[in-house]
Amino acid sequence: MAKAKIEVPQIKTKREMPSLQPGAMAHSKPYVAAPDHQKPLGFPGELVDNWEEKAVEKLRELLGKYRSLQVFLDSCVHCGACTDKCHYFLGTKDPLNMPVARQDLLRQVYRKHFTPAGKAFGGIVNAKPMSKEVLDDWYKYYHQCSQCRRCSVFCPYGIDTAEISMAAREIMDHIGMGQKYCNEIIAKVYKIGNNLGLPGPALKATLEDFEEDLLDETGIEVKLPLDVEGAEILLIAPSADFFAEPHIDSLFGYAKVFHQAGISWTLSTYASEAGNFGMFIGSYENMHKISNRIRKAAIDLGVKRIVFGECGHAWRVAYAFLNTLAGPWDFLDPKYPVPQSIIEFTHDLIRRGALNLDKTANDHMTLTYHDSCNVARATRMGDMPGGQLILPREVIKAVCNKFVDMDADTIGEKTFCCGGGGGILTDELLELRVKGALPRMEALDAVVKQEGVTHMAAICAICKSQFSKVLPYYGHDMEMIQGVHQLVSNAIQLGTKE
Amino acid sequence: MAYEVNGQTIEHDEEGYITDITQWVPELAGIIAKEEEVDLTDEHWEVIKFLREYYDEYQIAPAIRVLVKAVKKKLGPERGSNKYLYELFPYGPAKQACKIAGLPKPTGCI
Repeated sequence: MAKAKIEVPQIKTKREMPSLQPGAMAHSKPYVAAPDHQKPLGFPGELVDNWEEKAVEKLRELLGKYRSLQVFLDSCVHCGACTDKCHYFLGTKDPLNMPVARQDLLRQVYRKHFTPAGKAFGGIVNAKPMSKEVLDDWYKYYHQCSQCRRCSVFCPYGIDTAEISMAAREIMDHIGMGQKYCNEIIAKVYKIGNNLGLPGPALKATLEDFEEDLLDETGIEVKLPLDVEGAEILLIAPSADFFAEPHIDSLFGYAKVFHQAGISWTLSTYASEAGNFGMFIGSYENMHKISNRIRKAAIDLGVKRIVFGECGHAWRVAYAFLNTLAGPWDFLDPKYPVPQSIIEFTHDLIRRGALNLDKTANDHMTLTYHDSCNVARATRMGDMPGGQLILPREVIKAVCNKFVDMDADTIGEKTFCCGGGGGILTDELLELRVKGALPRMEALDAVVKQEGVTHMAAICAICKSQFSKVLPYYGHDMEMIQGVHQLVSNAIQLGTKE
Repeated sequence: MAYEVNGQTIEHDEEGYITDITQWVPELAGIIAKEEEVDLTDEHWEVIKFLREYYDEYQIAPAIRVLVKAVKKKLGPERGSNKYLYELFPYGPAKQACKIAGLPKPTGCI
């Protein structure tokens, strides 16, 4: 299993339209889910008989269910505005990674089976029946989309490629052609409670171990409570926060904030995962099932509030869909939004002067901030428009003296995906991940050179893992990526306010 | 897809993780490590041993920080860092070391 060498794209100071390389990524595809990964999710174990018809049938069902899908498939006029907006296209130069081309892979089948012109004229109007060749293209190129929705910002019709890629994955799952990475993980959530597969006793031992670290570091008994009935707040963190670097440091940050604020909180063994991979595969049923673990934990523990840790896709599901998926939340304290992000929570405490912060603790760093795609383009924080872009920066600035933003075309609602979102964060897609990180790396490189930036903060478990992995390919230290609450953790002066 | 060890066939998945973790034998570590282009030293073996002990108790690999602490205790403070673990296992102490130690791959947003 010696690794093939990845050709790292060259950093350019000015972004340009790449010269096309058809088929450049035709070899890239994720491992197919095994029956053990498929069945717990309600999908057939392997490619079913008559899969061509079944796929069209499923598409018909989705068109009836999601009006948006039909509108997106009908309304594209091939104006080309999206073509150079996708990080995977910019990094790989493969024309099928242009958002419009990616959409057309599904659109051609839609045309053939659901439009009069496509039925009558076929290929002349770019209509194609479902075939092995089409399925192969779907499997490859709908797994070269991180569903980050940057292209939709530039589309004059607002076509959301993410939704089309989710529909394609949903169809593939239903004919038995699922992706191993996502589906194995969802199966683990059902069996064990989190994406990592961290069993309850291991979580308990891990948290106890971390409490010792916190005590050694601060001299203060900062707790990481688990399954505490009657706690005020249920914290839903991505399970990466219990395992990976630098994620753990943000977990420590949350704990210190709760400690200084004097608010009781708890983690849950049963709902020990913020991420909801049901969204990546476009499966409402699986999203629903995963979300309801949070509801059950909140009821069982009798909490009053729910706060989500640093997790980008989780925040989209939480902010945009949690009420529909797992509501009503009438048993929670109506004084607080349901749910809240840990960024909102900490930001509010900072605004009220409830935290004692020493910014100089982060003086060895000059920070920039990577807006995570799902937070930036699919959610909000706080009570003002654009709060999801403003609040994280305000938290960073409250704990750091030196902060610089990257090029305006690469942040905010125009942020580039880290290259690992939407079910792409798997080893066999590493080449795609390295290449897809190019636009972010270019913007980072510019502020490193011009502004002396040393570190980049993010509030998403996937972004943190992806950058830890790909930064070294671009000549940076893997520890350049920081969690926002990691910075808070450094700055908070425990023992001075509680 | 299988490794051959001492005349025994040990199945592995697409990524090289063995499918039946009870089949692991120390000789297999050397074979997987070779595929991974890792030369096993005593330090690697300390990590492998700790991972396997931890897995026996908790059915999961330890958090990186827990592993770092264990390595620090065993091999001295100058080696107690995530960076050092990456020197030992360049593709990452969680995934690559687990593969060599015959444990399942840790999954998720990691």
